[in-house]
Amino acid sequence: MSIILSDITYVYMKKTPYEKIAIKNINIEIKQGEFVGIIGHTGSGKSTLLQHFNGLLQPTTGTVSVDGQDLNVKGAAAQTAKRRVGMVFQYPEHQLFEETVYDDIAFGPRNIDIGEEEVAVRVKKAMDFVGLDYNEFAKRTPFQLSGGQMRRVAIAGVIALEPTYLILDEPSAGLDPRGRDEIFGQIIKMHQQTGITVVLVSHNMEDVARMANRLIVMNNGQVSLDGSPTDIFSECQTQLKEAGVDVPPLTLLMDKFNQRGLAVDHTVVAMDTATESVLAALGRR
Amino acid sequence: MEKIITVKNMCHNYIAHDGNQVKALDNINLSIYKGEFVAIIGTNGSGKSTLAKHLNALLMPSSGQCLVNDLDTSDPANVWDVRQVVGMVFQNPDNQIVATVVEEDVAFGPENLGIEPQKINQRVSEALKVVGMEEYRYHSPHLLSGGQKQRVAIAGVLAMQSECLVLDEPTAMLDPHGRKEVLGTVRLLHREKKITVVYITHFMEEAVMADRVVVMNRGKVVMEGRPEEIFSQVMELKELGLDVPVAAEMAYRLRQHDIDVPEGIITDEELVVTVCP
Repeated sequence: MSIILSDITYVYMKKTPYEKIAIKNINIEIKQGEFVGIIGHTGSGKSTLLQHFNGLLQPTTGTVSVDGQDLNVKGAAAQTAKRRVGMVFQYPEHQLFEETVYDDIAFGPRNIDIGEEEVAVRVKKAMDFVGLDYNEFAKRTPFQLSGGQMRRVAIAGVIALEPTYLILDEPSAGLDPRGRDEIFGQIIKMHQQTGITVVLVSHNMEDVARMANRLIVMNNGQVSLDGSPTDIFSECQTQLKEAGVDVPPLTLLMDKFNQRGLAVDHTVVAMDTATESVLAALGRR
Repeated sequence: MEKIITVKNMCHNYIAHDGNQVKALDNINLSIYKGEFVAIIGTNGSGKSTLAKHLNALLMPSSGQCLVNDLDTSDPANVWDVRQVVGMVFQNPDNQIVATVVEEDVAFGPENLGIEPQKINQRVSEALKVVGMEEYRYHSPHLLSGGQKQRVAIAGVLAMQSECLVLDEPTAMLDPHGRKEVLGTVRLLHREKKITVVYITHFMEEAVMADRVVVMNRGKVVMEGRPEEIFSQVMELKELGLDVPVAAEMAYRLRQHDIDVPEGIITDEELVVTVCP
């Protein structure tokens, strides 16, 4: 079971003077249970790529299939397949519109004709997953919540559709460090507990390095790197620079230690292991 | 040093959805000096943006005072003078562009001040040059990148010849490249044009560049000092829900293991040189 993009090319404004190839010859398989991070600078084709995962865009050439179902054919089977892919856009809180948190989260399930009883169960479950207390928040208007809470409501709305694949575009943008940690904590928890497949687009290299078990780097509409974050951050810094993405600040610091002649492990991505590595190199542990 | 903004015992209260009164700002005392670069950090809801909006009379204090060049912002007669002195740049690049051509957008402020067209023209050219956007003068703003839009917004403030620039998370919606563009532009204005900068951010690497860092929590100023002083207090900041630069955290952790790293080390370079002399 997986999402397979085979030989995808997408051309914007085809046959006009503004014709532009946004992504070309992309071959990616997202396997069930993976936690994939996608990075790349603005204009590298990340968002165009994302929108192919659930059929929002149809490739100019190539095919997209979800669990074996080609999304490009008309009919109920393709519709069902698309629903397995939940998409959380950038600043999803801008899309909140209902009068209460409950109704906003229930909007998706109701829209696909799920009975009110089941909707109630799903809303509760979704709120639980994103860490919003049902009794406290369900009846409140979403518009007077904090930024981090609003974003969780929006994510819960997608969770309530019970997707097999969860695609998130910059879920931490604009949140403070605590809000960011909370959102990511919930996503990691969800991934571990339900085995949901997560595809996360982020500019924040630290977060991607910490969470994803696979990293895809986009550059100029193509996949320039695909592998484990540790390998990519430590071995492919030149390609990362070419792709216009920054290596995590911790990797930079560890590199500076190395250049200064202290033999630390520059592949570490967490502060704990980095500290241990520095202590070990100093002969203090 | 001469003060440009003085905030005295300032409070801002509003009534929340549940009918309770919320103190968004709770007895703030703060001075901003001419030519300073001040960074304000704090979690969402700590009152940073509310404070910023008082600095150019978008909000009025419920009690206390906010003085801009000795003009009281709560006196309606002062509003236009205050806004001429203090210009604001907001988080969302798309929410602050008003015109359909870049040069018209930059000219919007000075036009409202009733300045002669020729002078406006000159100011627009200068402002666009400073932010490095001259070649986009006749472009349509909606086709620019986020970082470019923010630079156009900054040019709009420059064209007003404001002395003080208040930026409320100007890089929150930008990618690393756009972030560098905007921060670079702000630092240039501070250095070359001697513009006073109040810079609100969640990115600690940006706050490190400031002359002074102000930390807010629950509507109060809880810490204030040079970046070295503030970011050495790793545990205190973490408790407030804030980050510290990686070098500061590493320095703190090494100290815990009895490695001799002095307080006040917050950049990679300083740390590496101290640890491997």
